[in-house]
Amino acid sequence: MEKFEVYSGVAVPLRRSNVDTDQIIPAVFLKRITKTGYDDALFSAWRSDPDFVLNQPAFAKGSVLFAGPDFGTGSSREHAVWALRDYGFKAVFSSKFADIFRGNSGKQGLVTGVISDNETEAIWRALEATPGLEAKVDLVNREVTVGDLTVKFEIDEYTRWRLLEGLDDIGLTLRDEQSITDFEARREPWRPKTLPAKGA
Amino acid sequence: MSQKPLTLAEKVWRDHLVVKGTDGAPDLLYIDLHLVHEVTSPQAFDGLRLAGRPVRRPDLTIATEDHNTPTMDIDKPIADLTSRTQIHALRDNAKEFGVRIHSLGDIEQGIVHVVGPQLGLTMPGLTVVCGDSHTSTHGAFGALAFGIGTSEVEHVLATQTLPLKAFKTMAINVEGTLRPGVTAKDIILAIIAKIGASGGQGYVLEYRGSAIRALSMEARMTICNMSIEAGARAGMVAPDEITYAYLKGRPHAPEGADWDAAVEYWETLKTDEGAVFDKEVFIDADQLDPFVTWGTNPGQGVSLLDTVPSPTEFDDPNERAAAERALEYMDLTAGTPMKSIKVDTVFLGSCTNSRIEDLRAAAEVIKGQKKAEHIRMLVVPGSARVRIEAEAEGLDQVFKDFGAEWRFAGCSMCLGMNPDQLAPGERAASTSNRNFEGRQGKGARTHLVSPLVAAATAIRGTLSSPSDLEGSN
Ligand code: SF4
Repeated sequence: MEKFEVYSGVAVPLRRSNVDTDQIIPAVFLKRITKTGYDDALFSAWRSDPDFVLNQPAFAKGSVLFAGPDFGTGSSREHAVWALRDYGFKAVFSSKFADIFRGNSGKQGLVTGVISDNETEAIWRALEATPGLEAKVDLVNREVTVGDLTVKFEIDEYTRWRLLEGLDDIGLTLRDEQSITDFEARREPWRPKTLPAKGA
Repeated sequence: MSQKPLTLAEKVWRDHLVVKGTDGAPDLLYIDLHLVHEVTSPQAFDGLRLAGRPVRRPDLTIATEDHNTPTMDIDKPIADLTSRTQIHALRDNAKEFGVRIHSLGDIEQGIVHVVGPQLGLTMPGLTVVCGDSHTSTHGAFGALAFGIGTSEVEHVLATQTLPLKAFKTMAINVEGTLRPGVTAKDIILAIIAKIGASGGQGYVLEYRGSAIRALSMEARMTICNMSIEAGARAGMVAPDEITYAYLKGRPHAPEGADWDAAVEYWETLKTDEGAVFDKEVFIDADQLDPFVTWGTNPGQGVSLLDTVPSPTEFDDPNERAAAERALEYMDLTAGTPMKSIKVDTVFLGSCTNSRIEDLRAAAEVIKGQKKAEHIRMLVVPGSARVRIEAEAEGLDQVFKDFGAEWRFAGCSMCLGMNPDQLAPGERAASTSNRNFEGRQGKGARTHLVSPLVAAATAIRGTLSSPSDLEGSN
């Protein structure tokens, strides 16, 4: 996972609340066997609507999302995060996130920042007035800047630390690599091995 | 040394501690055995590829194909595209990452929870994981075995460890002697009906008592298998002579001095005198009847001698509402004797009841009997090896003479990911573990039963136990 400190990219206003994971990525895409390549699946039901925000040229290359409250509710599918990530999103802001979605995001390097409804509204207006505006997401100082608006956002300390360090779950465990190797040296010889294969 | 008395689960946990978590962080546990199948592994392997990580211990990992495999015409290409893609992805991943795989057509292919024990890979005192909730099966050996999600599969592949928060412990004491015709399946269905489909949440269950000690390994596996149906993460039985006898001589069982060292350690894997469980439950084995489900979760079960319950019998409003919904979905009326419920299909199979003893028990009942005209019966051995063993004993002929379909190994109608499905509205007596709405096919109705009840039902055409047959022919 890449370290996340300060990032700037095109900001996208998503004027909807209760965007559940079925809307982020419908179930039909769960049949796939890869962990990447879900960019086309993101918001797939809405993408056919020419008025949908990501279909507007100014927002098409968006990478910082500002959504209404209760983002990421519903099924726990990790694919929702993969789809946002694969489309190019690095950060999502909302006044309220579903817990599981937020947990999954942290593991994949997607920043989820909580800002107030009023701040969201102000940013939406700024983006609608000047489409294509960039947002500067500063995880070090926990603030996001759009035009001349700068707002503080909330993110839990542990997730923030992991994102700043660029540590996914596995990376985190591998910091204990030496302990794992030591443990392996202590394992009893009777414990089973699948290789070389016996039996067949 | 005056050490705090520990339960079996706590001992296995202690012996796998790589890093003790501090400040509320989880413990890091070492994983002895990682079982892999085609449905929950592709994204995990893709994640490794993405991060440029290898499988840390291919020698502690083994893969089989089970959920999607057809049980007929297994030499032909798999017709369903998604199934075929998942299976081919597993084969490619196994090759690329150096993981041992048993593919369709291989003698060790089969349901992952049948294959591990049969190879002698599942042993007492191990930590065993798999991207599948019925990994609890392996707890029958006194292993701490539980299902994990795809991210965790990737985590284990990469590190051979898992960060875990401690579970609570629950003792399930089953004392007494089972009456003839009552089996392990009936014990576990009765337990789940008693504690509820979420009664085990947050717990590791330890099955104890004279009735459990008297069971064979395969019967213990049936019980541990359905721990997840009580909401528990895992279920365990302390190892004993029956465990050692089952293991001895299996392909991957320890030999010589290793065997002796292993048994010496396994002997210590008993819950200490004075150890305290967070919760205890008592079941009287003498009183048990064959048990069957009437509803759409495994906790909605009654004695086969009973009637379909009325929703008004449930005090809890959620349970009452669930019962109402279940009766509607199952198309059942309160007060109907369970034995008068007519079924269309009998499924003998799944990781709960597809081992050789299950097939023998069912064959014993149907031998020389006639199948009810309207019944379709599917017999799906848990593994290719079980199938061959059954054929060597002539069981396949008993099933065929009876009019049942003798199939190749896999999960099959347990979840209907392959073509083995029930039609909408069809009613099945199934030896599997989940009676959820639509589990065995859209609109399908499932009654969970033991292999003995499955066999008797296939003869009489309505839910029945072998005792209903006496004198009938
Ligand atoms: S037989 Fe059924 S429960 Fe067992 S692993 Fe297969 S699908 Fe899951």
